[in-house]
Amino acid sequence: MNLRVQYFALLREQAGRSEERVTTNAATPAELYTELKTRYPFQLTREQLKVAINAEFRDWTTLLADGDSVVFIPPVAGG
Amino acid sequence: MSLFRFTRATIDGALLRAELADPASGGFASFEGWVRNHNEGREVRCLEYEAFEELAVKEGERIVRAAIERFGVAHALCVHRVGALDVGELAVWVGVSSGHRGEAFQACRFIIDEVKHRVPIWKKEHYVAGDSGWVNCEHCAAAIPRPVPV
Repeated sequence: MNLRVQYFALLREQAGRSEERVTTNAATPAELYTELKTRYPFQLTREQLKVAINAEFRDWTTLLADGDSVVFIPPVAGG
Repeated sequence: MSLFRFTRATIDGALLRAELADPASGGFASFEGWVRNHNEGREVRCLEYEAFEELAVKEGERIVRAAIERFGVAHALCVHRVGALDVGELAVWVGVSSGHRGEAFQACRFIIDEVKHRVPIWKKEHYVAGDSGWVNCEHCAAAIPRPVPV
């Protein structure tokens, strides 16, 4: 399965990129984040993040589909 | 025009206020968030705001529409800066016009509180001391126990 992953803020800096294409067997965002943590020095835990798929908030257990765009959302600080 | 927007340019509150003018409204309330020169005991030199705009504009619009419906106000609008900002600059503007002042204040408060809580916007502070950090991120990352060297 091929996914587009975008990175923002602290995760963007730790990944050293804004986005990438990822080929993965991860079935859910939870599995995908675990996989990406082995590749990048991400310190934020799943409990500290939210997930968006195709620019909508989704659960960590949502099943991913080929071509999905995934974003892990660090703690926000607008305003 | 959408009720939640991002801008890379200086926010002009007077221009935005004019968008909310309504002969049926007897009150207008606004909130301006400014870049402060200190945070959590650190001296702040400047800031950067970054947003996941594709989702943030949808979530922001939902918040403003919810405020209009919940408090029965005439018009409401929120504009947030992204990019580099200096101390004293306007980072976020919220405005509400309504028949009476009570619901204008309430809707304004609701919008800024919800925006801060759930819209995917991040703030990086650059400190006078020379270092920098993502607000709400560095502390929680640092709080994770790490192996103690022996």
